[in-house]
Amino acid sequence: MNMGIALRRPPIAPAAVVLGALMLLGFVVALIRYASGLGAISNLNDNYGWGLWISFDLLCGVALASGAFVTTSIVVLFGGERYRPLIRPAILTGFLGYLMVILALLVDLGRPERIWYLIIFWNHHSVMFEVGWCVMLYTFVLALEFSPLVFTRLGLQPPHRLIHAFIVPLAVAGATLSTLHQSSLGSLYTILPDQLDKIWYTPLLPLMFWLTAVAVGPAMVILESTISSRVFRRGLELDLLGGLARWIPFILAAYILVKFGDLAGSGELDLLVDWNLESGLFWLEVMGFAFLPMVLFSLPAVRQSNAWLLFSALLVISGVILSRFAVSLIAIGRPEFAASYVPHPLEFAVTIGIIAWGVAVFWFAARYLPLFVKHTHSPAGEQA
Amino acid sequence: MAKMAILFDAFRCTGCRGCQVACKQWNDLPAEETRNTGSYQNPPRVSADTWLVMQFREVDNGDDGLAWAFGRHACMHCVHPACVSACPVGALYKTDEGPVLYHNDRCIGCRYCMLACPFEIPTFQWNEGLFEGAEIKKCTFCIDRLSAGMEPACVHTCPSGALMFGERDELISVAEARIQEHPERYIDHVYGKDEAGGTSLLYISPVPFQELGLPELGTEPIQEKSEDIMTKATPAVLVTMLVGLSGIYWVVKRRQEMMGKKTGARGR
Ligand code: SF4
Ligand code: SF4
Ligand code: SF4
Repeated sequence: MNMGIALRRPPIAPAAVVLGALMLLGFVVALIRYASGLGAISNLNDNYGWGLWISFDLLCGVALASGAFVTTSIVVLFGGERYRPLIRPAILTGFLGYLMVILALLVDLGRPERIWYLIIFWNHHSVMFEVGWCVMLYTFVLALEFSPLVFTRLGLQPPHRLIHAFIVPLAVAGATLSTLHQSSLGSLYTILPDQLDKIWYTPLLPLMFWLTAVAVGPAMVILESTISSRVFRRGLELDLLGGLARWIPFILAAYILVKFGDLAGSGELDLLVDWNLESGLFWLEVMGFAFLPMVLFSLPAVRQSNAWLLFSALLVISGVILSRFAVSLIAIGRPEFAASYVPHPLEFAVTIGIIAWGVAVFWFAARYLPLFVKHTHSPAGEQA
Repeated sequence: MAKMAILFDAFRCTGCRGCQVACKQWNDLPAEETRNTGSYQNPPRVSADTWLVMQFREVDNGDDGLAWAFGRHACMHCVHPACVSACPVGALYKTDEGPVLYHNDRCIGCRYCMLACPFEIPTFQWNEGLFEGAEIKKCTFCIDRLSAGMEPACVHTCPSGALMFGERDELISVAEARIQEHPERYIDHVYGKDEAGGTSLLYISPVPFQELGLPELGTEPIQEKSEDIMTKATPAVLVTMLVGLSGIYWVVKRRQEMMGKKTGARGR
């Protein structure tokens, strides 16, 4: 195994340097923010109190971390035993995803040192209260679900067995908390009945956010497996990924129905034929990023091809990103003060820096933890 | 104590901005560096250092050309405040007398209140670092003056009688009486009586309220849907998920057990 690492070192090195530089940059920018305030590194303002970090790091980050709960539910609760090889990387991706969300919040919050006040001061009418509790509790659940890998690596049997005994309750808690969390991010915007564009505003936002999160879970597993199979030169579980993908069309179909049903129910379907930014985004999302992948994923030929699987998964992922940005930034009207917001370059630096930290930790974990279980289709697994 | 309110009469307002200055003086707010934006209105909106801004707007007056319309932009001290509903830690709260106030020592700076407020009132101290401690800022209804039995600084200073302080019910009657007495002067509506469930700032105006910079709102509190979700849907989803998922697990496991060990073999 050590030989293998030594042989592969040269191609990794330049990438590692870039990664390290991005991590450092993000860290330095965060220090500036703590010293001089959010205004020093961001274009956030009194019209746009929430920007890139909420739209991307929080909303997209949490949605894209949904692979963990979807995979865990399928394997542990729904009897999908054959998908077990996918579960560890999915849990790690989810766990890292949530840690990255927390990092972003520690930059974005005005008083990050008080984040724990959520535990002692309660306002159960506030959706933000639910969001905060779900982040805390689900990160804890993910940490527990992830811990057996560390225990195995360290050869600690008793704690491993303890966690194993609680694997079902943990899966139930994880899926419940995820459902609440994914949906509550949509609920956040139900407090904008007048400011959010009519096409995008609906009390069903929580349902829509949840459905898209469930659909994007398997898509993220496909993406993450494809990338890690290339980087770590291990076999790809194509049959498993194809099997997982079979369920995506049902979720997307439900989502499309809810989207149109909601507008039909409120008598606002005619807004969709008014050509403007909001309706354009709606059509792009529903047709390009929901209907198209729905059709693609239902074709056996697509599910048997790595390239097509990846392409279709990227469509679903793009759809989630588009819908989160539409609801949280683009379709919110702020006409009164001719306000504008374009993220500051340093805001991107924070976001990219946090992603770099996530990638580095994933890479580290994949190297040193028994992350990839041997699968029948993979050639001689390196962790064996 | 009775519910207190302020009535703003846009017909009487001369746009002198005495209220804006009095607010700064009483609350010891620093001056803001501003730029000429092509309007008398300055600064362009409320901020952490300016809690009340008089808006200067030009309205097409038919044959007479353009006319000024002056609008007051400051916290409305809503009867059902969306900001209070939105704050996860209860840093914002509504007092019995009407003012909506802020506990600085609770705020975590999530800025959800800024998003939730339909009037875009709460503002943030963008240039305070960790050691200064950034805060949310907005009009306090001069709570310190009120508790000393005085009226708010803006009302006290207004030279034209455009601002009036009193009990909310009484001010609504005053506003309606003024409209009745001079229907030619005013639009037949008291803004804030029912908007978003009612506000403690009441407006009467000769021009449509949107010209004064006020949003068109329904009569339901802004947070109606989100509070329904929090108090009704969320507990229901919580219980359904816990019971449903456990149930599915149990059924699946039973079926696998009945089908024999070959399919249910647990690896690892
Ligand atoms: S105007 Fe905005 S900040 Fe003031 S009480 Fe109403 S919701 Fe809160
Ligand atoms: S920024 Fe402060 S006052 Fe506003 S909602 Fe968040 S915790 Fe509450
Ligand atoms: S002090 Fe009175 S007249 Fe002057 S701008 Fe304010 S409300 Fe209008």
